[in-house]
Amino acid sequence: MNQRIIRVLLGKTTMEAHDRGVRYLATKLREAGMEVIFINFLEPKEILDAAIQEDVDVVGVSSSVEGHLPVAREVTRRLKENGKEDVLVVFGGVIPERDFAGMREMGVKGIFGPGSSADSVVEFIRANVRPRRVHAE
Amino acid sequence: MSRADASVSAWFESLIAGHKVPLGEALSRVEAGGEPARALLARLHARGGRAQIVGVTGPPGSGKSTLVNELALHFAALGRRVGIVAVDPTSPFTGGAVLGDRVRMNRAGRHESVFIRSAATRGCLGGVARATYDFVRVFDAVGYDPVIVETVGIGQSEIDICRVAHTAVVVEAPGLGDAVQAMKAGVLEIASVFCINKADLPGTDAKMLQLRELAERAAERTPGWKIPVVGTNAHSGEGVPELAERIVAHREYLQSTDRLKALEHGRALAEIRAGLEAAMVDMPLRRAAQSGRLGDLADAVASRRMSAADAARAIEDEFHPTGKS
Repeated sequence: MNQRIIRVLLGKTTMEAHDRGVRYLATKLREAGMEVIFINFLEPKEILDAAIQEDVDVVGVSSSVEGHLPVAREVTRRLKENGKEDVLVVFGGVIPERDFAGMREMGVKGIFGPGSSADSVVEFIRANVRPRRVHAE
Repeated sequence: MSRADASVSAWFESLIAGHKVPLGEALSRVEAGGEPARALLARLHARGGRAQIVGVTGPPGSGKSTLVNELALHFAALGRRVGIVAVDPTSPFTGGAVLGDRVRMNRAGRHESVFIRSAATRGCLGGVARATYDFVRVFDAVGYDPVIVETVGIGQSEIDICRVAHTAVVVEAPGLGDAVQAMKAGVLEIASVFCINKADLPGTDAKMLQLRELAERAAERTPGWKIPVVGTNAHSGEGVPELAERIVAHREYLQSTDRLKALEHGRALAEIRAGLEAAMVDMPLRRAAQSGRLGDLADAVASRRMSAADAARAIEDEFHPTGKS
């Protein structure tokens, strides 16, 4: 008991109809003992609001309709502004390799392009999630 | 004051001032339990007692999340800060959970004055209820009012949550069969307001009659309060202002009688009990399990070498060697 449970926020834009991948990943994360919170967002700010309210360890964004660059930029920037740079940011979906370097520079730690397995995402999160900061009383 | 102390105090001040980052962190801390949670809750407890706690429960598919979304927006538009605790079950096999309520609360989630926290039941003894009391206490202490707790109303623990709410809204929808009938005993005990959501669907009138009849039967439990039956359509927002009005009216009813006092007293008892269970049941059991003692005792009982009562007594003695009379 009281073993730390990894909380993951999993988001896709409301524009996106393809949610099979995200849903499958959610099941995998649950099977791995994590708590997954779903969100559909219009604007990147909503990801940040949800990440703060849910106090998650990981933010995962699914993107297959372009627009991943501005989303990645804003999410990572806003996390930093709120002292939440220890949150692990992961992107998946249709993301061309030429964008990888730029996204890494913004602070996106994991990028899972087409063909990535859900298991590899689970493994990546387990290996890279940072210990939760605790404000001692 | 050391630097660490100063930063802790700044964190606490920022929490009390209503900032969202420390609020999210405070909720995690109370959820994790243990000494840090206890210390924080003790500090927050003295500051609470203002919020109306609204439990919203009902069978899956009745549209609770969508309804909570609309209710929250309604109260937020009146200038209130609204806290939402959305409880979903944890898988008993993996300990993981998929919390999907937030998807149906998109619009409330975008509102500056609404704070939504999803919680998994995390399957420990009395776990849902305990974490929920604690979440509510944190929201209350930092000025959220009302605090809405949404649960799937199918188990005893969900009924327990609503038992500790000031106002319990039981949501039903036409065409879901006799869900309320099935959970009738518990529902009759806790309901303050009945809501028929999706009231544009066929079968609404029949459901309305059925709930009115239930409400009448519950009348003797609530002298001075006639349980209203409100029809809503959460998608169009129809009926939501009326539902909110009934919720506010219920608070006024509680305040105008000594019911509120009795309710708070009952809640205090339930919380003391939950705390005691954690300290005197969960903890000794966990220790005994870790040392292997529990397994040995269970073997002894199963093979009839010892009675279960004696095994329990043995653990009690070992855990509190001097505490017994």
